[in-house]
Amino acid sequence: MFLNKDEERMLQGEYGIIVQKSMKILVTLGDVFGAERMAKVKSVHVNGISYKNIGDPALEFLEEWADNGAKTRVHTTINPSGMDMERWREFGISEAFANKQIRIINAFKRMKTCKSLSCTPYLIGNKPQLNDHIAWAESSAVAFANSILGAKTNREGGPAALASAITGRTSMFGYHLDENRNPSHEIYINEPVNGVLEHSTLGYHVGKKLGHCIPFFKNLKKPNIDELKALSAGLAASGSVALYHIYNVTPEEKKFRDKSYERIDIRKRDLTETLAELSVEEGNEHICIGCPHCSMREIAEIARRVAGKKVKCELWVFTSSIICKEAKLKGYFDIIEQAGGKMISDTCMVVSPMRAMGVRGVITNSCKAAHYIPNTCEIPVTLKNVDNCIKVALGK
Amino acid sequence: MKKLKLYGRGIIPGRVQGEAIVTSQPISFFGGFDPEKGTIIERGHELKGMNVTGKILIFPRGKGSTVGSYVIYSMKKKGTAPAAIINIETEPIIAAGCVIANIPLIDKLNENPIKVIKTGDWVEVFADEGIIEVKREE
Repeated sequence: MFLNKDEERMLQGEYGIIVQKSMKILVTLGDVFGAERMAKVKSVHVNGISYKNIGDPALEFLEEWADNGAKTRVHTTINPSGMDMERWREFGISEAFANKQIRIINAFKRMKTCKSLSCTPYLIGNKPQLNDHIAWAESSAVAFANSILGAKTNREGGPAALASAITGRTSMFGYHLDENRNPSHEIYINEPVNGVLEHSTLGYHVGKKLGHCIPFFKNLKKPNIDELKALSAGLAASGSVALYHIYNVTPEEKKFRDKSYERIDIRKRDLTETLAELSVEEGNEHICIGCPHCSMREIAEIARRVAGKKVKCELWVFTSSIICKEAKLKGYFDIIEQAGGKMISDTCMVVSPMRAMGVRGVITNSCKAAHYIPNTCEIPVTLKNVDNCIKVALGK
Repeated sequence: MKKLKLYGRGIIPGRVQGEAIVTSQPISFFGGFDPEKGTIIERGHELKGMNVTGKILIFPRGKGSTVGSYVIYSMKKKGTAPAAIINIETEPIIAAGCVIANIPLIDKLNENPIKVIKTGDWVEVFADEGIIEVKREE
């Protein structure tokens, strides 16, 4: 693999042992996957932040790297942690868990990553442009960045993404190369798909049916950002999908209009069946919204629905601390909390220790959450659209 | 004594030798290992309960969470890691883990290592050259 002079110096250790190790990770992956050279990355998003997910091995690794002077050299955001970094005591998080989580976040702070923890970096200022090379982990954000923003990233893992943050480089293979971004299937939408839950289900259905693929959606009415966020998360959760195209919506799709691909038809019935497989009917009474993290629009909608009312069961709204802060300024935070709901920052329903927090059954509008929570938290999940989630919360 | 020499792709360099431990099933280091002991704990895995410390661990490829890379590193620091890893075709979790832990890694051998190497064989690894030598008592 070709390295320029600066990259060669990094590999030889002229910038210290951490930069050298980081470069070794990237060169190794480049060699394994046949990369010919490296690309400079515009931004990085690192996953593997929650102590619940990564445990002591990663904690020790991250502290050692921070101790040895590891520093990011490009804009780097990080995924949600296992708890609200300010309000964790309110949610039954143990001191022991909190101490370990705080040590992880402190290690990242010393490496100069963004302080706001989120799975939606593109909503909080880490928004790469068309054709930018980036190195992102977090499967839903990868699918969003590749597909909607037209940036270029592989599905990175924690250590490789961190190595890119420290060197400002990634190896050019996979989705960084235009020839690997062509659609594999045409997904024809026969009946209208509306709202966040239906887009989440569409993504989950296609990912589950086709697995690793590059779908080209046709006849899908222009989704809004929240629907695209849900579609990305659904595809990534069930099918490891890193890239998709939508006719008349995504930035690269015009290149593929004239070609034909194996066609899959999607009808309402397909989505109803997939939803039924993922969702249990009864017994849950804990509403969680925000997988992926809520946008300001979603928070505003929840606030509008619960304003001046009282919720009859738990209503948890997950977002980044940046959006939460903005929601405070706009008054949404107080409206939701005064109605008895909770606005939770820096964590989410998938990576927090939900069982230890007393949660026994979740109602949500996210197929991604319904895919992971039963396994990682041993908690059953019911899927409803946000309208019906709020209706349950208000006891209607 | 039967001897066998295989040629492949050396990914992480190093010269080590040890007893082979072989499985036809992919391995998840995250959740699949007890890093304190170096023992495989994944439910249903054919190597469950086996210890890999100091051995030449031979399996098709990694699977599961990318946090697995950190687990490989942690095992190395605790002294419970395998001496070398041989894959049919490796992937980023194992490759990144072996870089940060400095564990020799070879893949793409000219013969399927899972078929021709048996648990208990003595294996010499020359990862700089991508060569392994297998010795078996007869």
